[in-house]
Amino acid sequence: MSTGNRPLSPHLQVYKPQITSVLSIFHRFTGVGLAVGALMLAYWLNAAAYGPEAFERTQAFLAHWFGKLLLFGWTWALLYHLCNGIRHMFWDAGLGLELPQVRASGWFVYIASVVLTLLAWTAGYGMLGGSY
Amino acid sequence: MSLRSDLGRVRGLGSAQNGTAHWWAQRVTAIALIPLSLWFIYSAVTLVGIDRAGFKIWLNAPGSILLMTLFVIALFYHMQLGLQVVIEDYVHNERNKIVSLLLNKLVAVFFAVSSIIALIKVAFGG
Repeated sequence: MSTGNRPLSPHLQVYKPQITSVLSIFHRFTGVGLAVGALMLAYWLNAAAYGPEAFERTQAFLAHWFGKLLLFGWTWALLYHLCNGIRHMFWDAGLGLELPQVRASGWFVYIASVVLTLLAWTAGYGMLGGSY
Repeated sequence: MSLRSDLGRVRGLGSAQNGTAHWWAQRVTAIALIPLSLWFIYSAVTLVGIDRAGFKIWLNAPGSILLMTLFVIALFYHMQLGLQVVIEDYVHNERNKIVSLLLNKLVAVFFAVSSIIALIKVAFGG
């Protein structure tokens, strides 16, 4: 296929970031990040199958500040992707497609994902953690 | 003049040549993942800092291994579908694209099956 002398569309950076475009690319970024998280989940489960020492080492890594940072990122990524995925389903059903609604649902999804992440972490390291 | 029907003409079009099947599978797995992910996050919260013995007790509690298996299947299926779209968007070289799409599918199946076997081992093994 010859792409010759065709005009190119402007590069991404000439556009002003908006809540719509930023959340759209977040959906893809969090999706790719969660794919890495899924591999970590598989590693964690396989460590448990391998034996207590392997599981202990994996748990120690996740309890380290870097492990916690990863887990915090994955928690937010999962909750964001989940909330924004539900937003996509409303669009699939033909609902909430007017621009003011799209902006409002975007802010709602963003705030909800942050609040739910903080809730999960407060619960995890506050009240419930280690109840088994 | 073509004698093909409109349906025959559009069938199989699209970047992956599989019409709406991919789109639909992505929605089905997404819907399954809404309750499963919320359950998984709740479970992960209760499992912070757990040792293997505790993890085994949790896995043998009613529903745990069933929901974990469903979560793993839906998660890796949805992951494969999503990464496929990313590859189709950004990998333009035909050979690299086919290799990436193939690896994406094989890796997803590998990790899904190994996770399920691990769950069975922990739940029913020593």
